[in-house]
This record gives sequence, C-alpha cells and structure tokens, in this order.
Amino acid sequence: MKDQRLESRVDTQTIKIQARGAQVYYGTNHAIKDVDVDILDKTVTAFIGPSGCGKSTFLRCLNRMNDTIASCRVEGKITLDDEDIYDPRVDPVQLRARIGMVFQKPNPFPKSIYDNVAYGPKIHGLTRNKAELDAIVESCLRKAALWNEVKDRLAAPGTGLSGGQQQRLCIARAIATSPEVLLMDEPCSALDPIATAQVEELIDELRSQFSVVIVTHSMQQAARVSQRTAFFHLGNLVEYGETGQIFTNPIDPRTESYISGRIG
Amino acid sequence: MTRASLFAQDKRTRARNATEKRFRAYGLTAIVLALLALLWLLISIFGNGLPAFKQTFLTFPVTLEESVLDKSGTRDPAVMAKATTITYGKVLTKALEAEATAKGIDLSALKKKGLANLISEESPATLRNMVLADPSLIGQTIRFTALAGGRVDGYYKGRVTLETAALDKNTSPEQLAVADKLKEAGVLTISLNSGFVTMPDASDKRPEAAGLGIAIIGSLYMMAVVLVLALPIGVAASVYLEEFAPKNRFTDLIEVNIANLAAVPSIVYGILGLAIFINMVGLPTSAPIVGGLVLTLMTLPRIIIPTRAALKAVPPSIRDAALGIGASRLQTVTHHVLPLAMPGILTGTIIGLAQALGETAPLLLIGMVAFVRDFPGAPPSGLFDPAAALPVQIYNWTTRGDPGFVERASGAIIVLLIFLIAMNAVAIYLRRKFERRW
Ligand SMILES: Nc1ncnc2c1ncn2[C@@H]1O[C@H](COP(=O)(O)OP(=O)(O)O)[C@@H](O)[C@H]1O
Ligand SMILES: [Mg+2]
Repeated sequence: MKDQRLESRVDTQTIKIQARGAQVYYGTNHAIKDVDVDILDKTVTAFIGPSGCGKSTFLRCLNRMNDTIASCRVEGKITLDDEDIYDPRVDPVQLRARIGMVFQKPNPFPKSIYDNVAYGPKIHGLTRNKAELDAIVESCLRKAALWNEVKDRLAAPGTGLSGGQQQRLCIARAIATSPEVLLMDEPCSALDPIATAQVEELIDELRSQFSVVIVTHSMQQAARVSQRTAFFHLGNLVEYGETGQIFTNPIDPRTESYISGRIG
Repeated sequence: MTRASLFAQDKRTRARNATEKRFRAYGLTAIVLALLALLWLLISIFGNGLPAFKQTFLTFPVTLEESVLDKSGTRDPAVMAKATTITYGKVLTKALEAEATAKGIDLSALKKKGLANLISEESPATLRNMVLADPSLIGQTIRFTALAGGRVDGYYKGRVTLETAALDKNTSPEQLAVADKLKEAGVLTISLNSGFVTMPDASDKRPEAAGLGIAIIGSLYMMAVVLVLALPIGVAASVYLEEFAPKNRFTDLIEVNIANLAAVPSIVYGILGLAIFINMVGLPTSAPIVGGLVLTLMTLPRIIIPTRAALKAVPPSIRDAALGIGASRLQTVTHHVLPLAMPGILTGTIIGLAQALGETAPLLLIGMVAFVRDFPGAPPSGLFDPAAALPVQIYNWTTRGDPGFVERASGAIIVLLIFLIAMNAVAIYLRRKFERRW
C-alpha cells in the first residue's frame, strides 16, 4: 500500500480552493476553528478525523451548502480560483454548478436514470438539443463506470438500482454539470466492499479532470485514493500534507494517535 | 430439577394472553358498535330518502285553446301573460276530467276541488311557462305530464293511507280511489324523478315539486371558487413557510395560528364573511361567490396543514441533491419536492373541499338560506346570482311542516353523500396515481 502511495504523487501545485481563517458556528457551537487549507487542482484531497470533528461541516462550506442551515454562520475567507465565494456578489446557485457534491447516503431523484443525469445539464442550459444531452448522459455514466450496467434501462427509476449503483449514479449526476471540484462526503460509507472498490477506482480516474475532496471515515481509503490528507480534530485542522507523509510520518502527536487507532 | 413443559403455559403467560384477548375483544366491540351505528344511519337515510327519487306523474292530453289562453290572438308572450296560473289550472283540471271520463272513471264521488287537487299546484305554472316560451303551442293538443299532488304522491310512497286521508282536508279516500283507477288506466304513473336533481326548490305546500337543481349548482360554484382560490394560495403559503421562510419567532407564531384557525368553529367564518364581504365590500347576499370566499377562508388552514406535513415528509436528501447540482430553491421545490408531496397535498385538498361542501353554519349567516327560484347564470357572472347550497337546502327542508319534505331532505342527504363519496374516490385515485417510492 505504501509503495503504491509513492507512485501517485501530486501532479500539480495549482491552488483551486483556498481557505484562510475559516470559522463555522452553529448558533453558539464553534464547529470549525480557524482553518487554513489549500486544495490543489487535479488532486484528491482526503479529510479524515474522528466523527463530529467538523469534516462534513467544512466540506459543506466549500460549496455553500451550509447556507441552507439557518443557524450556521461562516467567517473567514474561502476562495475558488482566487475569488471569494462568500462575497455578496456570488450567487450560491452558480457556485454549486461549478462545485459538485456527492452525499453520504446515495440520493438519486425518484426519476429515471436518464433524468437523474440529465437534470443538471438541463437546468444549466448546457445542451442545445436532445442528441447533445444523450451524449452527456452517456459519457457521464461511462465515467461513473455505470454505463454497461444501465444502458438498456435508462428509463428505469434510479431508485431501483443497488446501493453501489445508486452512488455511482449520483457521481454521474454530479459530474454531468462539468464541475471543477467534486466534493464527496463519505461516499462509500453505505456501500459494500466491492462497490467501494469501484467507487475508489472511479475517484482515481476523476482526478485527471477535477479536483476531488473526499471525507472518509476509513484511513485505508484515504491512503488508497488521496494524494493529500487533512486531519481534523475537534474543529481544528491539526495536520495537512502529502498523504504518504501523514500516514508514515505524522508530525502532530494527535495525528499519530488517531492513525494508530488511539483516538477515534 | 424438573424442567417446565413447553406444552403447559405458566401463570405469567396465561395472564398475558388473557389481557391480550380482552384488549382484542374491546377493539372488536368498538368497531362492531361503530359499524352498527353507521348501518342504522344509512338504513334510516336510504329508507326515508330513496322515495324522493321516484315521483307520481299524471300524463294526459291538454288542448290549449286560443279563446282561453290568448284572447287577443296576438301570440305575444307579454300579452298572453295576462292568463294566470289559475286559468292554466282550470285548463289542466278540465283536461284531466275529460281524460278520466274518456277512460270510464266515475268522478261523481269527488268533492269540489277534489280533481284539481290531484294535480300539483306547481304544474299550471310549468304549463304556463311552456306556452309563454313557445306561443305556437296555442291551438294544439299536447300530451302533458303533470306532477301529482303531494298527498297522492305520498299515498303511493306509503306516507298517506286511506285512514289518514279521511282526517286530512287536503285529500280524501274518494280522491285516492280515483287516483287508483287513474293508475289502472295508465294515466297515473310512478317513475324516476329526474326533477329532484334538476328543479329548483318549491314553496312549503309543494314538496312534490321541490328539487335540488339550484342547490347543486350553488354548491358546485362554491367548490369551484374554493378550489381555484384555496389550492394555489394554500400550496403557495405552505411552500413559502416550509421551504423559504426563516425559522424564527414570527414564523412560529404564524404556524401556531394556522393550527388555531383550523380549529375555529365554522360559524365564526360566517360572521367574518358577513362583516367583510357583504357589509364592507358590498358583495350580494346569497351569492355563491361570497359562500365560496367564506369557505375558502375556512378551508385554507385545512389545506395548509396537510400540505406542510406532505412537504416535511419529503426526505431532505432530495433537496440536498438538487441544491448540490446547482438548482435554485424554487427549482428544487417545483421539480422535486412538490411532485413528491403531491399525493399528500391532493388528499388534503380534497378532504378540505369535502368538509367545505358539507358546511352549513357559515352559509346561513351570509343568506344562502334564502328561497331561490331562478337558476344562477353561467360563471363568472353567475357566481354573483343568488343560489342555494346542498347542506343548507337539507337544513331548510327539515324545518318545513309538510311531511313530504322529510323524504326530500333525506333524498338530498343521499345526493350529498354521493358527492362526498365521489370526492373521496378521486382523492384515493389521485393518491395512487401520484404515489411514488423513494
Ligand atoms: N445542522 C447542524 N446543526 C447544528 N450543529 C451541527 C449541524 N451539523 C453538524 N453540527 C455540529 O457540528 C459539529 C461537526 O459536525 P460534522 O461536520 O457533521 O462532523 P463530521 O462530519 O466530522 O462527523 C458537531 O459537533 C455537530 O454536532
Ligand atoms: Mg460527516
């Protein structure tokens, strides 16, 4: 496993998303404390840490999904390509078209497989005709490694697929809007090991086009798919660096004890 | 140590089983009692009401002589209107007498007016309207079907017997004997009473002519007003409160008050409607538009509450999914949340409408209890014409003296029940149709 790590090094150093002094409050609960992080383009970044440490909260700051929670307040500066995403001029809806998200529990729309994937391109007016839409649906389902399984039943409901297939459908749906960043919140926690392996393989392929941020409970998964890893603890970003370094040679003692299974 | 046998129940198990049995018996008793009560209600309503759908008619040839009905000979309805219903009544009585004599029926036992009384007081007016609408009938002999009088009708429905007739100044055993002979001769027939659902209400003395026509139209108009106003307003309010409004003290207050409004007695809405729509806005009394507005106010909270529940029941993950792709709030709601909530919304709406359909008290206050003989016009202007409403008509008929109205009121209840059952069937159908799994 470690050998594999050394091979998949970070390919680029372009900063896609940058956070400086990010704070998140739920009412009076200070959930994210002063986080600075640089997320690189065309890289898989893993967020790890014990449950409740704020990984999801921070992830949801990056595409402003936290706006939907009334009690949630975000401070600090988070930029996408050097533009502040919390600037009043920013329309969160437009932002979310550029930063896709895959959720913990597969949540396909109760519509056909085709409509699930076609929905994003439709509402963003990405296609001019049915043929183009068909092409996008096919290519996204192919990228999500689902095409062969569903190509004969695109009109069947997406909710009728197995859990792993549903999650890949959700990934296909997320990449159909051609986002620049893909946020994934524990995308494999509801999947069996085989489906997990498929999704992990997929993530590795997606890296060539997107910057991927993945929250995971499993340190093995972080080690397998990511190039950079951030370790959160009680709302603090404790350590952030190359995945190989975090797992083999952590600097902070808290990282060390989490990785060796003493806190969690 | 001896092990207890599995075949013998121990004391605790026996006690537990006995409790369970008792509980089931209570439940079963409650349900059986409820079913019996329902059965009794249905038997009494159908027993009393079904005769309203049958009616006794007299069919005989009537010669419309010019010398009696259009002395001027102009065939001008305005001039012909001088001939009153009394004149037409005499024409009818004469024609019936001629027919009876022709069939060899002896009328000598009848007292004065005994023959005229066989025919409903309503029929001369019907004949008159017919002639005024088509003056070319003058001079012709037409076959006219008249309603039989209320007592004669009651005789064939078992309400009037020869014994009661002897004590009744409106009929006599001799008259009923003549009626029987007319029946044998085929002049008097008992057939389906379509007039019950098409004719307007009639005065206190003419139960045989009373129909639900105006009440049904009035109720349909009001339901249309309620549907057109309450459904969009109710759904919009629910969507706003559930999906857009910030959760704060103010919206909490609104929520509590909507729940309170649903519990406000309906007569209070009637007072409100009287004060606002009639006294302040100056809309006409007895009009379906006012009834519809009052019922809309009453129905709104009853639509908003189930609609909000239906919206709440849509899993938040669906909203996250749509927002995560970059759908706007409104797109999320219209494309995903509302379709999923649709079965609940429609069921709530139809149940709200059904409640509104059966509502009486607020309509009494805005004058829908008035006696209306003229059919309201076509909508939209017809919404401002006076009309009746089904439940108010039922109430109205139960207050009248003539026993013929008991039958009419029960018949009207059957009609109302049919409407309610139809609406519930639609609710079930829509629910099935829109229901989806997720
Ligand atoms: N919607 C919410 N409202 C209030 N507090 C929340 C909400 N979501 C998360 N929190 C709080 O924020 C903290 C971080 O939660 P979360 O980001 O979900 O952790 P993780 O994803 O790392 O398990 C927790 O203390 C949690 O209780
Ligand atoms: Mg989480």
